[in-house]
Formats: sequence, C-alpha cells, structure tokens
Amino acid sequence: MEQVSAWLEGASNNEFTVAGMPGSTFMALVRVILVILPILTLVPGIIWWERRLLSWMQDRIGPNRSGTITLPNGRQIRTFGLIQPLLDGVKLFLKEEIKPSAVDRLIYVISPALALFPAFALGATLPWTPHTGFWGNFSPAANIDIGILWVLAISSLGAYGIVLAGYSSNNKYSLMGGLRASAQLISYELAMGVSLACIALATGSLKMTDMVAEQEKALWGVIPQVQNWFLFTPFGLLSAVIFLIALVAETNRAPFDLPEAENELIAGYHTEYSSMKFAVFFMGEYAAMFVFSGVFAAVFMGGYHFMPFNYDELAVTFPSLSSFWYALRDLNYWLGPAGFLVKQIFMLSFFIWLRATLPRLRYDQLMNLGWKSLLPTAVANFIIVGIWIVATEMYGVLGGWVAFFGAVALLALLYFNLVSASRKSREAEQRQAISLVDGTERRSITLVDPAPASSSGKTV
Amino acid sequence: MTTNQIAFLALALLALIGGGGVVFSQRPVRAAMCLVLNFLVLAALYFMLGAQMLGISQIMVYAGAIMVLFLFIVMMLRMDREEPHKVWWTSAPVIGTVFGALVLFIFALGIRPVAEMKPGAVDPKFGTPQAIGMEMMTTYAWPFEVASMLLLVGIVASIILAKRRI
Repeated sequence: MEQVSAWLEGASNNEFTVAGMPGSTFMALVRVILVILPILTLVPGIIWWERRLLSWMQDRIGPNRSGTITLPNGRQIRTFGLIQPLLDGVKLFLKEEIKPSAVDRLIYVISPALALFPAFALGATLPWTPHTGFWGNFSPAANIDIGILWVLAISSLGAYGIVLAGYSSNNKYSLMGGLRASAQLISYELAMGVSLACIALATGSLKMTDMVAEQEKALWGVIPQVQNWFLFTPFGLLSAVIFLIALVAETNRAPFDLPEAENELIAGYHTEYSSMKFAVFFMGEYAAMFVFSGVFAAVFMGGYHFMPFNYDELAVTFPSLSSFWYALRDLNYWLGPAGFLVKQIFMLSFFIWLRATLPRLRYDQLMNLGWKSLLPTAVANFIIVGIWIVATEMYGVLGGWVAFFGAVALLALLYFNLVSASRKSREAEQRQAISLVDGTERRSITLVDPAPASSSGKTV
Repeated sequence: MTTNQIAFLALALLALIGGGGVVFSQRPVRAAMCLVLNFLVLAALYFMLGAQMLGISQIMVYAGAIMVLFLFIVMMLRMDREEPHKVWWTSAPVIGTVFGALVLFIFALGIRPVAEMKPGAVDPKFGTPQAIGMEMMTTYAWPFEVASMLLLVGIVASIILAKRRI
C-alpha cells in the first residue's frame, strides 16, 4: 500500500523513473500506449455491441451463444456472444489471402495500414481523463496548442487509405468506391472544420483541455451550478449536429456508406481485400468511430464529467449537503475516464441507431447536404458566434444573448429574402425560356410537317 | 550526438527519400504518395523547430487537402494508364542540371554541420496559433486581407470559367 501511494506521489510529480529513463520520457511513453491500448482492446467489444444492438433494433437475435462453456456437471457459463469478434478475428487470420493480379503491389499492401493509422493517431490530443492532479499525467498524450487542428489534420489523412485501396485494387468498383470516398471526405471536412471553429472561437483556444475547461463554466453565463456543455448552448447544439453529420460521413458509416455501397459497388474499396487486410480495414472503421466519439464527447459533451454539475458551486448553494457534493466531486474526478467511456459508448450506440434507421443517401443528396446545407449553416453559425462573443465582451452576458438572437433573426431574414429572390429570378428565367421555345417564330419552324400526307407514297 | 540531432537526421533522410521518390517514380500515384511523405516529414521538422501552427497547416492543407485532390484527379483521369514520357533526348536534362546545380549552390551556402545544431532559444509562445494569429491580425493585417481577396477572386473566376450557368 505504501509503495502504491509512493508511486502515485511520484507519478503525480512526474518524477517516476525507470531504468535510467527520465520520468517525463517514461510518462510520455505511457501516455502514447494509453492512447492506443483502449482502441485495440475495445474494438472487438464495439463490434459485438453493434451486432447485438442492431439485431435488437431489427427484431433479430444476433450473435448470442458463441463462447458458452458447458461444465462437466452440466452447468453453463454464458458470455452472451462476447467471444464472437475474437472468433471472427481468428477466422479472418486463417482465411486464404487472395491477391488480385496486376495490382500496384506496394500501394495495395500499404493502404490498409494507411487506413488504420489516422484512427490511432487521432486520439493523441484527446483528454479522456481530468488534466489535473494524478490523472493529468495520463492524458492527453500531447497537450499541444493546436489540439483540435490536430484532429482535423489527421482525419483528413484518412482519405488516403481508402482512396489508394480503391485505386490499387485494379477493379472498377473499387475505384468507384475510392473516388466516392475521397469526394465525400473532402466535402464534409469543410463543414466539420467550420463547426469546430465555432467552438474554438467560443473557447478562445484550440487546446482540447481548454475546451473541456470552458465547459465547466456557468451555464449560459448565468447558472453557476450547472456546467456549460456546448451541447446546451444554441450555437453549440447547431455545431454539434453539423459535426455529428460530418463525423458519420468521415467515418463512412451508414447512411453515408456510399464508398462501400454493396448493392452498387459489391463492397466498394475493400472488394479485393481478403483475410487480415480486410480485417484491418474493418478495424480502422470501428477505431475511427470510437475515437471520433471521444472527440465529440470532449468538445461538446463536457469531456470526462459524468453529470453537468459544478459540485463546488452546489456545495455553496446547498451548504448542508456540502460533504455529499464534495464526495460526488471526488467520485467524478476518480471516475473521469469511465465517464468519458460512457459518453463514447452512448455516441457509438447513436451511430448504430442511425445505421438501423436511415437509408443510404444518393450521391447527389450527399453532395447537396454537404455543400448546400451543412457548410452555409456552419458559416452562419460561425458569424453568429463571433457577434455573440463581441457583444458579451462589450455589454455583458445578457447583451451577448440579445445580440445572439438578434443576429440569428437577421440572418434568417436575409436568407429567406435571398431564397425567395432567387426563386423569383429562376421563375422569370424559366418563363423567358418557355417563351423562347414556344414563341411564334419558333413555332412556325417546328410546326412544319416533315412528311406531308400528300407525298406519302414515296419513301426515302 | 543528442536525440535532437538523431531525430533531425532520420527525418531529413526520410524527406530526401520522399523527394527522390517524387522525381524518380514512373507512376503518378506513387510520386504523389512520395510527395505526401515529404510533406509529412517536413511537418515533423517544423514541429521540431517549435513551429506547431506551420506544421499542422502543412499536414492539413498540403497532405490532407491538396494531395487528396491530386490523387482524385489522377485516379479520375486514369493518368497512370499513359506511358511515361521519355524525354532523355531533349534539352530538358541539360536545363534541369544547370538550374539544379544553381539551386544546390544557393542551398550549399546555408549548409552547416549537424554537430553545430542546437535547439534555438526562442520564446515559448513562438509558433503557437495565438502568436501567429496576433501577427496576422496586427502587423500583417493588410497583406492577409489582400491575400484573402486574391483567393476569393480566384474561386469566383474558376466557378465562372467552369460553369456555363450559375
């Protein structure tokens, strides 16, 4: 016990040394491993959870019986199919690896790795524990000033794995899948970036830990007992919806799974991949989902806090219960990673729900949604957040919200005016076009009978 | 040799491999991927210099956006199906050698031994988004706005050139 407490002491002071390695270097290694380890260990569980939840939603049973152990005395130990992903992994390992002929061998081999890499690297700036005291040593792996930009930059590298897989497979369906994926990723990256820029603007920092700290402040600047999770603010809610849609598109999940639309493209970009290479693609998708859920949880859902309450403030408001609130605060601190994981699992379940509910988008719908709806909305949100910040600084909290809703009303008015104006001009254009086609001059030409009845005896 | 120097040498070697790959690859897609490698390694070198913002912009803009578009075009036009051009009999190698030697000469003036290299004593705020944003919005506000106007004009012009009816 004393050793453990000494270790905790050392770890919290960053003085823990191993075999001549400086404490900070060792802790950096630990942090890097802690970024990757949860992904590697939890992905099979996520796959099982998706299959079970999806089958429940579709009124099926799903994998529920593999791994049931029957003891000699007839008793059974059930694992509810939790072993299934493991067995699937073993099966994929042992399967024959089929390589198509005439492929660009180098790119064909490295593209699954390229698809997996961003999913792992993405979590480097993710604060999945409180960043003070003991937990502060474990996360984020790198608390750099460009935290959220790192997420955007690395997620934009996710296109390479898919695009190169599609290209190098020497299969036109794979190529189509790769092309679709690259177009989709480029289109939705913009909306994602702008929606995160709103949050960066509201925080005044790009650091992920600062974003979480900002959400610990008073709700809407007026209720100090409740935390100001960005999901609860109007602009944050809009940003969250845009980010969520872009996130589903970036991870190629239904309803945005056009790159692997099986009824159009066989299996899309990974058609020609078998055995472990396919498993790597599969894993990359789930790892990306998992880490992106973490980004959503950190940026919009208050990070590692279980509940949106400021326990110190509650202790001030209800002094008779102060020991209870302090106990809750400490519990909240020590269960921080678990709270983060709960939020991630909630988001994953949401993705599975989306998959069970929504049909796949058509390609033009995908592009229209990304460019004509999400991006302008995100930009409008960005402008409004800017106005809100300036007004809050100049006129205080109330003035900020007045300016916020004023700006919303103004932009809405402008938008609907523009829409109606463009509709009117389009109608006028169409009327003009119709009058050109159906005008008397045209009609006199088009109404000439090409084959008059009188000369019908002669055929050409 | 310090760890810094080892890291620098390793990254520099990777950057050279990437750059060589761009020039010597026969297939456009492989050349593009070598360029991506080069960009990523350059970003890592920027990180080593403490220029976080520059490094992340390098990844986001060049490796993440521009090269994906490059690949998209290469794939869409199936440029890899064309035979690589054989230009050895033209004057291109001569011109290339002359200008390459000139560029190399200019670079050679700046080459220093790695042993002399040590971490620069810069302000800890150097290269952070805050510092760059502050410079951009105060000292360089005018060039920044002019550049953004230039980009806007470019976008509008390309849309007008590409679309018949807007």
